[in-house]
Amino acid sequence: MTAQSLSWLALWGATALYAIAMVASSMHLAKVADAKVAAKKQRSLVAAGSQDATAGESAASPASAFRRADVHSKARGIARSTMIMGALLQGVGVVARGIEAGHVPWSTMYEYTITGTWVAVVVFLVVQSRRDVSYLAPGVTGFATLGLGLAMTVLYNASTGLMPALQSFWLVIHVSIAIIATGILTVGAIATVLQLMRDYRDEPLSAVPTGGLRRLRVRWRNANVRILKGWNWLEGVPSPARLEALAFRLHAVGFVLWTFTVMAGAVWAEHAWGRYWGWDPKEVWSFVIWVIYAAYLHARTTQGWAGRRSAVVALIGFVALIMNFTVVNLVFQGLHTYSGT
Amino acid sequence: MARVKIDNYAYRDMPRLGLRGWLRWIWRQVTSMRVALILLLILALAAIPGSVLPQWPHSVSDTQAFIDEHEFWGPLLDRLGFLDVFGSAWFTAIYLLLFASLIGCIIPRVAVYWRELRAEVPAAPSRLDRYAPVTETSPLSPADAVAAARSELTGRGPAPWRWLTGHRVRVDERTGPDGAPQLALSAHRGHLRELGNLVFHLSLVGILLSVAAGSLLTYRGQALIVEGGSFTNAVVAYDTYSAGALFSEDDLDPWILTLDELDAQFEESTGRPTSFTAYATLTEPGQEPREVEAQVNRPIQVEGAKIYLQGNGYAPSFTITDSEGNVAFEGAVPFIPQDDVYTSTGVVKVPDVTEGEQMGFKGTLLPSALGEGADAISIFPDAENPVMYLQMYTGDLGLDEGVPQNVYTLDESQLSPVRDEDDEPVVLELTPGETVELPDGMGTLTWNDLPRYAAFDLRRDPSLPWLLGFAVTSLLGLGTSLFAPRRRVWVTAPTADAADAAATVVTVAVWSPPHDQGATLERDRALAAACDRPRPASIPPEDDE
Repeated sequence: MTAQSLSWLALWGATALYAIAMVASSMHLAKVADAKVAAKKQRSLVAAGSQDATAGESAASPASAFRRADVHSKARGIARSTMIMGALLQGVGVVARGIEAGHVPWSTMYEYTITGTWVAVVVFLVVQSRRDVSYLAPGVTGFATLGLGLAMTVLYNASTGLMPALQSFWLVIHVSIAIIATGILTVGAIATVLQLMRDYRDEPLSAVPTGGLRRLRVRWRNANVRILKGWNWLEGVPSPARLEALAFRLHAVGFVLWTFTVMAGAVWAEHAWGRYWGWDPKEVWSFVIWVIYAAYLHARTTQGWAGRRSAVVALIGFVALIMNFTVVNLVFQGLHTYSGT
Repeated sequence: MARVKIDNYAYRDMPRLGLRGWLRWIWRQVTSMRVALILLLILALAAIPGSVLPQWPHSVSDTQAFIDEHEFWGPLLDRLGFLDVFGSAWFTAIYLLLFASLIGCIIPRVAVYWRELRAEVPAAPSRLDRYAPVTETSPLSPADAVAAARSELTGRGPAPWRWLTGHRVRVDERTGPDGAPQLALSAHRGHLRELGNLVFHLSLVGILLSVAAGSLLTYRGQALIVEGGSFTNAVVAYDTYSAGALFSEDDLDPWILTLDELDAQFEESTGRPTSFTAYATLTEPGQEPREVEAQVNRPIQVEGAKIYLQGNGYAPSFTITDSEGNVAFEGAVPFIPQDDVYTSTGVVKVPDVTEGEQMGFKGTLLPSALGEGADAISIFPDAENPVMYLQMYTGDLGLDEGVPQNVYTLDESQLSPVRDEDDEPVVLELTPGETVELPDGMGTLTWNDLPRYAAFDLRRDPSLPWLLGFAVTSLLGLGTSLFAPRRRVWVTAPTADAADAAATVVTVAVWSPPHDQGATLERDRALAAACDRPRPASIPPEDDE
């Protein structure tokens, strides 16, 4: 078997496994939600019965606290094993592509996508190994399935040698850090989406005022809140405050890496093109992304912006990140056009 | 003189702000976090047109074409600065305002930080109930228990490291909320985080200043050297040259660069380029000539400047004689590659003819020609079967008016194509070494050979080391400001029953932002130290909600 066909088969295998993992983890999440609602009922019954002050070794977690990890289901095992298998298989696929091409596997959009989705899954698995964040699994596997599927069907191109402009060790540094940053920010964005959904779900419906645009807006908002209230699986997701804390940590790491990406890009540009910054479309968008995430970090600590609004800013940042990778590569003319197909 | 009324007089009895009050209010707004945040979002939004619309600094021809194509929008957008976003007044205004906001925010914070570092940390709150305290009975005496917690919280290692990673601690003897005397320890950590934050923001100012200084002290120029030819570093020798206001042309070192060979490698099957290398000889004043190489990612380093290999192509060399048999033109003419297989175009201008009209040629070069006549195409970028097609013009080249002309185009306004008997324009087809007779006895044209040329960019920017330095400090500062924890740990121990050394009830509480996962561990470690237990190593499992 050649490296090319190995890579191809491994990546399709990974796509299929992620799809299974997505379904299984969603089922598990629904089960967690049920268990949590049940535990809550139980707890309120217990609390009504005896007001026991359990001051002791673990004051932070009362004895009846709900633990996600204690919910067992067949779906959880399937989700976990398919995801790990998928990550391993995708790792094989990515490495095989690198061997086939003879250079690091992130010089074209196809390669960037297969490596980027892989990093997102690995980031999730790393976080998962330290604390149970299985509620992110449906989002991460969904993203990976979609990304890989698109890569295999639309973006695929045969490997070629590196053009002279890419023959630099900065390709290894600049692009790999960009991919890792993208992977981390993706997981962060998924946590932020869950945070917002959970947040609006807990919200009461507002009274519809009379008159004009505001009426439409409130109606629209109420319609969405009603939909979210119908999604019981959201009970299986932690509280908005907790999700915000997790998302912030991911975004902070992603932002530092993105800062490094932009700086390394500037150093490379200085070497290759004789100027460190030239407002090439890719540079413009990298700058825009950086500024939006910087705004997010400021928004978190600004009165009136912390919470929902800062979450929205982070999501705008993620949209810009995706734009930078898709529209900027495919539509705009610039010095980075070789990263297209 | 009537006082300028700038206040809102809707409320008659309100005290008036006055001009100074207004200025102070404006300054406070500018330096507020909310305005900084909005400015950041506006900055992001404002940058986007720079990637969507054609920009003057990137491509003059694309931008001009855009203006010509959109009769209404083109000139309007141009006037509003949308075709040079990053040089426009409004973009500059946004980022300068942002930096004003940053400086106005950071400078007072530096002062506050300095004062805080020199002051003692605030005492522990009298009641710890709000902070989910943990309590345990310690076998140590109150003083020993608090001392043990103190050494745990101050950190380990040498002094500077301890200062960076540990807590700043104070211990008070005081009366507790229940009226009994107690020892209260207060430990604060977060000075490293704030230091990182300040360093990051000040580094951003440093980056801006370096960029500004760089644009004043820089020079850049472009020069094209044909194989065998050389270039002397002086303003006249550059094809294009631009310099910052503070750079003097006298500062150019008169070194000489000779291009010995330009080696271009292409993939045999696809014709994709695999490497370009310019082998050259550099002669710096007062030094022995030395061999140098430039590749796309590897510029040549000269005293204070870098020479980048930015492009390459073919520069066919011609000898043209006029009707009298005198050599009217001799030399290599750079042709510009138009596609991946180096189909190149260029022009030859022959103004110095002994008599008759001036001559001009428009040439198309096919490095590896396949096919005949008008259907011929180039199939490979290397010169495997070079063929040249020249269309001949006569008339006035327009060089005498003294207006600078593009060397790559013919000004056809006063030229007319030479036609044959059938009134078809004459196209000369030739291969290297071949000589053709020009029509009507106008002379001969010889294509001597086909050297390559290298297009170099030269640039000096003394701000680069500063820029790199500030970039590194900003990255370090950013990482520190995001990952160094901000925590407060408090330990209290009642001293009333000090005689009973085996029963000190130690209470420990911690405060930290919600994203700080290590805070509980910190609390448990302080408690373990105070109770003379081994240090807990890992983060305890946490609740879901």
